[in-house]
Amino acid sequence: MFDALSGKLGDVFDRLRRRGALSETDVIEAMRDIRLALLEADVALPVVRDFISKVRLQAVGTEVLRAVSPGQQVVKIVNDALVEALGGEGVVPLNLNAAAPIPFLMVGLQGSGKTTTSGKIALYLKDKQRKKVLLASLDTQRPAAQLQLAQLAERAGVASLPIIAGETPVQIARRAMDTGRREVFDVVILDTAGRLSIDEALMDEVKAIRAATDPAETLLVVDAMTGQDAVATATAFNEAVSITGIVMTRLDGDARGGAALSMRAITGAPIKLMGMGEKLDALEQFHPERIASRILGMGDIVSLVEKASENVDQANAEKLAKKMAKGKFDLEDYGEQLKQITKMGSLSGIMGMLPGVGKIKQQLADADLDTSILKRQGAIISSMTKAERANPDIMKASRKKRVAAGSGTSVQEVNRLLKQFDMMKDMMKRASKLGQKGLARGGLGALMPQGGGRRPF
Amino acid sequence: MALGFFSRLKAGLTRSTTKLTTGITDTFTKRKLDDFALEELEELLIAADLGPTVAAKVIRAFRRARFGQDVSPPEIRAALADEIAKILAPVAQPLTIDETKQPFVILMVGVNGTGKTTTIGKLAQIYADAGQKPMLVAGDTFRAAAVEQLQIWGNRAHAPVVIGAQDADPAGLAFDAMTRAEREGAKILLIDTAGRLHNKAALMEELRKIIRVIKKRDPTAPHAILLTLDATTGQNALTQVKTFKDMVDLTGLIVTKLDGSARAGVVVALAESTGLPIHAVGVGEQAADLRPFDATEFARALTGADPV
Repeated sequence: MFDALSGKLGDVFDRLRRRGALSETDVIEAMRDIRLALLEADVALPVVRDFISKVRLQAVGTEVLRAVSPGQQVVKIVNDALVEALGGEGVVPLNLNAAAPIPFLMVGLQGSGKTTTSGKIALYLKDKQRKKVLLASLDTQRPAAQLQLAQLAERAGVASLPIIAGETPVQIARRAMDTGRREVFDVVILDTAGRLSIDEALMDEVKAIRAATDPAETLLVVDAMTGQDAVATATAFNEAVSITGIVMTRLDGDARGGAALSMRAITGAPIKLMGMGEKLDALEQFHPERIASRILGMGDIVSLVEKASENVDQANAEKLAKKMAKGKFDLEDYGEQLKQITKMGSLSGIMGMLPGVGKIKQQLADADLDTSILKRQGAIISSMTKAERANPDIMKASRKKRVAAGSGTSVQEVNRLLKQFDMMKDMMKRASKLGQKGLARGGLGALMPQGGGRRPF
Repeated sequence: MALGFFSRLKAGLTRSTTKLTTGITDTFTKRKLDDFALEELEELLIAADLGPTVAAKVIRAFRRARFGQDVSPPEIRAALADEIAKILAPVAQPLTIDETKQPFVILMVGVNGTGKTTTIGKLAQIYADAGQKPMLVAGDTFRAAAVEQLQIWGNRAHAPVVIGAQDADPAGLAFDAMTRAEREGAKILLIDTAGRLHNKAALMEELRKIIRVIKKRDPTAPHAILLTLDATTGQNALTQVKTFKDMVDLTGLIVTKLDGSARAGVVVALAESTGLPIHAVGVGEQAADLRPFDATEFARALTGADPV
């Protein structure tokens, strides 16, 4: 989602890294680039200004200029400032510390994803927190909105308030809370109609709903693609109904997500959750520090590690790592790795989490890589004999023909795999030279063949 | 009607206009147009979602014409409106219905929550009032209650709505609808589709399939492929429109929710980068709130300049 921004900032930092020491002019120049990158990413102007002045103040100090690695220092300062702007460290959970039934109020502009998010939160509370949830739609504006929530409730396996035509939103809210008390629900989610922040009548209505229900959470649902207006919207809703949290939706899109950066800085309300897809379970907690490092092109290492530990056989991985270190990595191991990667999901998803990959990702997208290639490569490796896997150099024309026929691929594809494998071995040699520390610092970018154009694997 | 549109639009744009014009007034009341002032002006344009590229272009034009002059805020607004109108003029084109095509097939596409179904509902009403016998197709078989939402609009417009089962193949549904439209003599066929993020390859492929299947029935159809663009969208709109254009040959845009906020600026950036016609803008929830797009009025409303 933050690819473009990551790429931009990656360029800036590349330039900084190449220098041994930074002059004040260098820092100022870098800040100009960062400012533009943030603006292009739809970060709100006041937030950008504030951000830049903070970072510049720290970066121009002598501490930085005399530091051993000024580039690293600036990266750290920018990263820290980004994390702070995104909401400090750590996850802010939904507030469930209230007397049941706990009212949640969902507000936002039209089409920001309130109703879908309501369904997602209901499912999350039901499955992860074991709460009994009641969904109630107060949207009497948009045709069939109430029906939409009822259908989502059914899919999520939670209850929804029976629809009574002709009721006002406030009446529905009261009835929802009554039902919640009578039928002993833990949480009542009140989904409101989308409204414009400048529509006074509708803003008054949502104020009345809030007054009538006193919600434990008032969540503002914001589309991640939102431009500069995110701030105006958040400010208006915050003034009217005191937002307690923000939900960013459609973060599975490719929006640069500057709105995320602006939100907390302007409203003070934390971003609590993010929508990552159309399915009801595609809701994740918001991790400011992860997003910040993604913006910087430093990769979402935490996410990657978590995802990997869920899916990768630990013993296997260690064995592999040892082999890699010794330079004894063969096609057998590569085949094993392919299997694990396919288990972890889409390639671009994984690559997006790796450090330094922001720039390469575009190339990856252009190359239209998908896991089906991995499956084909897996098939090719499966069609080889053990001897061939251990020592790919013995693969000559007739062996290639046999393997191609056996795997349902072509000799060209077999060749391509062998060539890629060669390149990989080359990369691993470089990796072991860099060592663990070098890898963490330089990121994956340090491993990539310079000049681009070639496929990384 | 023209003035009505303008005042409606201007009312809708008040927020952005106020912000922008206050900024301009602050910036220029007591000084010359120097580098510093130009930089601030550029930021003001960016804050209105014009995007850095377009903002820079406008500023370059300003620099050539006005650098070092004493300028008043009204002059700035008028000149800014002129610059923006120049960029928008070529794309302000109404959607014309070719009556030799029967039915004239309009496919509505776009990202989730941008207002596809609502816009189809409005179009249906407008065409029905003009006696052009629209027929609607509830092609969003994915989102909960999307079909019912379109049916309500169909009832309002007294237009038939073709529906399929939940999660039915939208391409098959479109094909059936083509057949039915021909049989029943509908003049305009409005096909709704599920919202999709442009970076989801599988969903974009699904859209291409819908078009392929429509072409089996009529090789010249769909006669218009319209993308609804939420006016609150920031610079991502550029990627959004470009990807849809590359994947499905968009023929035009409809900008929705323009009554609420400052986010009109992205329209300028879009005109600049894609050149796609902007057929209409949505400035409210009623059918009558779908209005033709007028470059000059839009630009003047955006910058807070007085109407011509």
